[in-house]
Parts: sequence; C-alpha cells; structure tokens
Amino acid sequence: MFEMLLIEGLAIGACYGLFGVAVAIIYKTSDEMGMMSTFVAYQIMTVYGWPFYIAFPATLIFAIGLGMAIEFCFLRPAKEPTVLGLLILTLGAEMLLMGLAGWKWGAEQKDFPFLLSVHDTIEIFPGFALNEWTIGVFVLTTVVMVLLFLFFRYSKLGIAMRATQQNENAAKIMGIKVERVFSITWGMSSLIGALAAMFFAARSVLDPNFMMEPFMRAFAAAVLGGLTSIPGVVIGGLILGIIENFFGYAWCRCGDNDRRSVDLGRSP
Amino acid sequence: MDHRLIYLVNIILVNVILAVGLNVLVGYTGQISLGHAGFFAVGAYGTSLIMMHLHFPFPAAIIIAALIAAFLGFIIGLPALRLEGPYLAIATLGFGLTIMHIIGRWEIFGGRMGITAPPLDLGIPNSSLSFVIKGDVQIYYLILIMTVLLVIGARNLMKTRVGRAFMSIRDDDIAAEVMGVNLTIFKTMSFAVSAFYAGIAGGLYGFVVSFFDPFSFNLILSIIFLVMVVVGGLGSVLGAIMGAVLITYLQYDLLKNVENLPYLGGLLVAISKQWFTVIGLANFGGIALGLIMIAIVIFEPLGMFGIWIRIKKYWKSWPF
Repeated sequence: MFEMLLIEGLAIGACYGLFGVAVAIIYKTSDEMGMMSTFVAYQIMTVYGWPFYIAFPATLIFAIGLGMAIEFCFLRPAKEPTVLGLLILTLGAEMLLMGLAGWKWGAEQKDFPFLLSVHDTIEIFPGFALNEWTIGVFVLTTVVMVLLFLFFRYSKLGIAMRATQQNENAAKIMGIKVERVFSITWGMSSLIGALAAMFFAARSVLDPNFMMEPFMRAFAAAVLGGLTSIPGVVIGGLILGIIENFFGYAWCRCGDNDRRSVDLGRSP
Repeated sequence: MDHRLIYLVNIILVNVILAVGLNVLVGYTGQISLGHAGFFAVGAYGTSLIMMHLHFPFPAAIIIAALIAAFLGFIIGLPALRLEGPYLAIATLGFGLTIMHIIGRWEIFGGRMGITAPPLDLGIPNSSLSFVIKGDVQIYYLILIMTVLLVIGARNLMKTRVGRAFMSIRDDDIAAEVMGVNLTIFKTMSFAVSAFYAGIAGGLYGFVVSFFDPFSFNLILSIIFLVMVVVGGLGSVLGAIMGAVLITYLQYDLLKNVENLPYLGGLLVAISKQWFTVIGLANFGGIALGLIMIAIVIFEPLGMFGIWIRIKKYWKSWPF
C-alpha cells in the first residue's frame, strides 16, 4: 500500500511539476508582474482537451497559437500596466476563455479519451507493476525537463529568454526583440501546460473548470520550489503530490468517503 | 414593489459596502487581495451562527462577526508586510480557499449543505423587546441605512491622518516609512478595516439571500469583488460604488437572461445554434465580464471614475 501511494503521489506530483514549469516559464521571462499572467495559462488548459480532438500534435500546435494570441491581443496593448492591472487582465482572459469553452461545449462533464489508461498496468519487473498513465507521466516529465535544460542552456533563443528576464532594457540594447521573446514564451508555456492538462483530463473528467484545482496545486508547487528554478518547481510538485496522496489516504480512513475532493478533484 | 427589483437592489447595496471596503485596501493602500470572499463568508456565517446559537440581537451579532473578520484581516496583514504584488495575491487567495474549506467541512458551520439565516431580530429575541424585520422591503431600509453610514465612514476615514497614511503607503512605502508612517500598524489596519467592511457586507448578505452554502464563497466571488473595484476606479469611494452597481447589475440581471434581451438576445441565440450550444449560452456572462475586465485595463486604467472625471472636465470648460 505504501509503495502504491508513493508512486501514485510521485506521478501526480510530476504532473503538478510539469504544470508548475508552465507557470514558472512565464514568470521567468515576463518578470515578476507576469507571474499572475499564468492564471490565463491555467485557463488555456481547459481549452485543449476537447473530446473530439483530432490529434495530439494538433492540440499542441493549437496550444502554442493560443498562448501567442493571448499575449498579442491582451498583454501587448496594455501599456506598462501595474501588478494589479496585469492580474485583472489575466483573470479577465481566463473568464473569457472559460466562458467560451462553456458556451461551446456546455458545462456537463465528459470523459477524455486518452492513449494511456489508468487501469491497464504493465509489470516492469516481477512484482512491481505500474499503470500506463504513471509511466507516461514520468517519461514525459523527464523528457520535458531535459529538453528545457538544453534549451535554456545552449540555444540562442533560450539564452535570449533568460536575458530578457534578467533585464529587459539591456536585452533590448543587445538587439533582442523582447516582444517576440514574450510571445514565444507564452507559446511555450501554453504548450507545456497543455501537455500536463491532457494528462490530468485522462485521470479526472473534462469540463470547463476541471483544471482549477490542479492549477492551484501547480501554483503552490511552483512557489514551493522557487519560481525561478525549473528543477526546483518539479521537485516542489513531487513533494506536493506525495503529501497530497498520503493525506488523501489518511483522510479516507477517517471515514470521509469522498477522497476525490482531497485527491485530484475539484471543490466538492 | 417588484420583488425581484428589491432583491437586486439589496444585493447591489451589500456589494457596495464590500467594494468600498475593498477599495480601502486595494485602491488606497495599494495591496492586493484575492481572499475577500473569505471575510465575506466569515461575516455571513458569523452573524447567522451567533444569532442562532447565542441568541444575540442582530446589531450585536453583526458587529461581533465583523470584528472577527477584522481580526482575521489583521492576521493576514502580518505576512502582507513582507509580501508584495503577486505573492500577496497568492497568500490571500490561499486564505480565502482555506476559509471556504474549513466552513465546508466543519459540522458546526452546517457542513456543505449550507445554512438558513435565522429571523432578523433587532431587539432581544423571545422577549418583549423583540423586533423582527421581515421581507425584502424592510431589510432594504436596514441595508440602506448601514450602507450610507459605512460609505460616509470610509469617505471620512480617507480624509484623516489614517487615510493619508494609507495613500502614502500606496505611493511609496519606503518614503512613507521615512516620513514616520508605521508600516506595521497601517498596513495591518488597512487589512482589518477592509475585512471589517467585508464582514458587515457578509452579515447582511446572509439575510438578503436567506440561505447560503460554503461553496458560494469561492474564488470566483473574490475575483468579482476585485473586478468591481478595478472597473469602478481605484482609490475613489465613488468609483467603488459605481463599479459595484454596474458589475452586480450585469451579473444578477442583464447577463443572467441574455437571450431575452431585445435584438442582441436573438442574435446570440442564432450564433449559438450555428456555432455553439444553446445550453451553453448561460456562460455568456463570463465572456462579457472577462471582456470588460480586459477593456478596462487596456483602455481606461482609472476605471469608470476616470471616465466620470473626463466628462466632468469636458463640461466644466465646455465651449472651449
């Protein structure tokens, strides 16, 4: 039982971590103020898991496009907004997207068809079985982490992003198109968020606000791990996932039979 | 009188109290709060439970509940001394959610099913001094009196030494401290005052709706409160009132039955049939509110108060 809880917790935690990375990336480039912008990122997620999604890559391309579009339409026209202004802006975009999703798909809950099942297990070595979903999450998180590390360390664009985050004006003087960097950052964040959101949707159900609770936790994970360090965020997510799973189990044994609300679910 | 109209006006007045209080914190002191639904819930539950279990008269109950909210505001104000901007938003957000879940889980608070507000008794219940207020119209007068008093109170507070200290913190907290404004006292005081207003508003809200459950005091409610203040205009009492009236009206009346609007309603239904779903049209309110929020930040950062000032200036020097 203990191992099961631990593995499960780590898997959920990895998802939070992944989502937290999406949060942290926006924070990373658009400076402190931009952090609140990630509220939109959360909302973007709900848009991705359409039950009739054509294909995984199509969804991801859409995610990038949407992230860039939001940056272009809403954040760019606002001239030097305050923290509160940005907060309202992103919350506004969030409500807009949530409303659009509800208008288009209705508020009823749907099942999300996903390649990897939570129920089918694979025995990795004798006596130790994991379900497909868990394996998928671990593989995905590792791949994303490695890619991001390489991206920020070695690619021109990644270095430009870090420069923009450290000092916008200096970056401009060095010939970096800061606006374009912001736009690409939003696209990236949206992409990673979409990946995490699809994994969440496979576990729970799909409705316009299914990402609310996971987003809160991812945000907490991001804060726990330190918003400026990507490995930190993932570790924060893992810790949170484990804590949550063990508490959920303990709660269950206290006689409260709705584990869902403690676990992955939404507000009861 | 039309029952629905009175109900709407009551809700608007409650939200005016809350928005004026939130504006003290957000507009005048420059702090962000995403947890005001928490204080609102404390006010609503506190007032009703004190009246139900301790049989206090309404005025005493609502003031005690608001003081509890103010104390919680003071507690939240302590970490706020070290937190800024987005981090403060997250901290207050966490507070709001915590209050919601505590109330929702704990059986004393009626659990997740919610509670019904007791009879609104201004005197001592079950005695010759009992004076029960019944019906929306009578509650309306009570709320109106309290709203006027609290709004005048906020207006006057802003003209005193305390109000000026709040504004100096907003404009530059380091400079304020150098000038002798004690940040610890005034920041926590701002939170406490704001929470006190939210507590009073919550207590009244409980009687207006007469039945409430913990999960109506959710994050969305906190966001709506913040939107009222920002749309109305930061740092002005009049702005907060305008914002509260507009947003509440949109939310409770205009956008609730959007398909019954003349011209626009038919068009929206047609659009829904073509590209969206007709059931989902109920979500149009969220879309409209979102657009208003975005438009205010991009085009008119001072909110409705800014528009009002511009109109006033234009007519002052009209022919020129």
